[in-house]
Amino acid sequence: CCTQPGIPRGGFSFENCQRNAFLESSLKGLRVPRARKTGTTIVGLVFEDGVILGSDTRSTNDSVVADKNCEKIHFIAPNIYCCGAGVAADADMTTQIMASNMELHALSTGRKPRVATVSRMLRQMLFRYQGHIGASLIVGGVDITGPHLYSVHPHGSYSHLLFTAMGSGQGPAISVLEDRFKPNMTLEEGQQLVVEAVTAGILDDLGSGSNVDVCVITQAGVKIQRAVSTPAVVSKRQGKYGYPEGTTAVMKETVTPLALEMIEETVQTMEVE
Amino acid sequence: MNTRGLGSQLKDSISVSELSASAPFGNHDILRRGFSCVKNELLPSHPLELSEKNFQLNQDKMNFSTLRNIQGLYAPLKLQMEFKAVKQVQRLPFLQSSNLSLDILRGNDESIGFEDILNDPSQSETMGEPHMMVEYKLGLLLSGKPQHGGRTREPRFDRRAGSALSSI
Repeated sequence: CCTQPGIPRGGFSFENCQRNAFLESSLKGLRVPRARKTGTTIVGLVFEDGVILGSDTRSTNDSVVADKNCEKIHFIAPNIYCCGAGVAADADMTTQIMASNMELHALSTGRKPRVATVSRMLRQMLFRYQGHIGASLIVGGVDITGPHLYSVHPHGSYSHLLFTAMGSGQGPAISVLEDRFKPNMTLEEGQQLVVEAVTAGILDDLGSGSNVDVCVITQAGVKIQRAVSTPAVVSKRQGKYGYPEGTTAVMKETVTPLALEMIEETVQTMEVE
Repeated sequence: MNTRGLGSQLKDSISVSELSASAPFGNHDILRRGFSCVKNELLPSHPLELSEKNFQLNQDKMNFSTLRNIQGLYAPLKLQMEFKAVKQVQRLPFLQSSNLSLDILRGNDESIGFEDILNDPSQSETMGEPHMMVEYKLGLLLSGKPQHGGRTREPRFDRRAGSALSSI
């Protein structure tokens, strides 16, 4: 609380907004740096024993791949994980804050964390910032009431579903899920479907790519597998693109030996066991 | 959007460091404040600026209002009394108080938000003016602003904080 004016407060500072607006309007041709988005395919579904979350691993900066193998499945609680799409930094910070808050909440109430709590805290925070925090999240976990899956949008709306996909690749992914999802699938079927859905996103969306990560959450525990499958392998070169030696004729050759003098020699023994 | 009230909400009505240049044509500190522009002082530069500034205040008002509707007038009244009591415990002027009891009453001690991570006041790069602050607190400034707390007439900037009770 700060009822005293002139004293700095924590939280977001909007000092530079005026300056940025001023710069943008007065300097023509200025390219303002944009936040790095993940341009993602994230997928979640509920199967008979719990929840499976899947994601791709590409992070983009406009049309350039910024990170070929980034982690989009974030830890929230030992039984709750969250996939994040949208602006990379926003998704990361939001999930970290949620993880801390859930830990504090669990310690204070003395109960294991629930997925509904995470979803509500997320919504309240995202609504407070009116969508300026660009994080779309799929929260999944198994708590005392059973397996749950929520998808939360940047402005604070949510859906409580059995299967969902978000990110720029959600179109292809959701079409695969809609076609083949059945309630109460086995682990193998569920994992296969998740991998296929994310693969559809990777192949059909430019913002998604590289590998598929899968996270399986059950009452017994959590298993995260990075790079379960790599749908788009870089293809091998078809031919040789180098030139044979002698293609360019050599007109003249001059050799100049460099006169080097040894000034100092130090020997350092390595510790080899 | 009704912009008439925005100007007074936007600026901290008593900005201590500006009082030193109280004349309208006084030196405007360009280095610290940037270029002067009337529009910047009337309209918020970011849609979230006002709502973030008043967030804690609005949360409190909403909570007290809900509490009043559910449990009657005495519940928020008693809580407000506790809030006021706890706000009195402050360090010397210009020193940052931890406001621990206030955080506990509000429930902020068990949650982490952006106000704990970003712009930590203890790590601020700029410093205010200690002498101005002490003079302001003791009511010794030339503009004759009254002392903080413990009087019947609240100064202009305190109207928002003090009006939470009257709005119930």
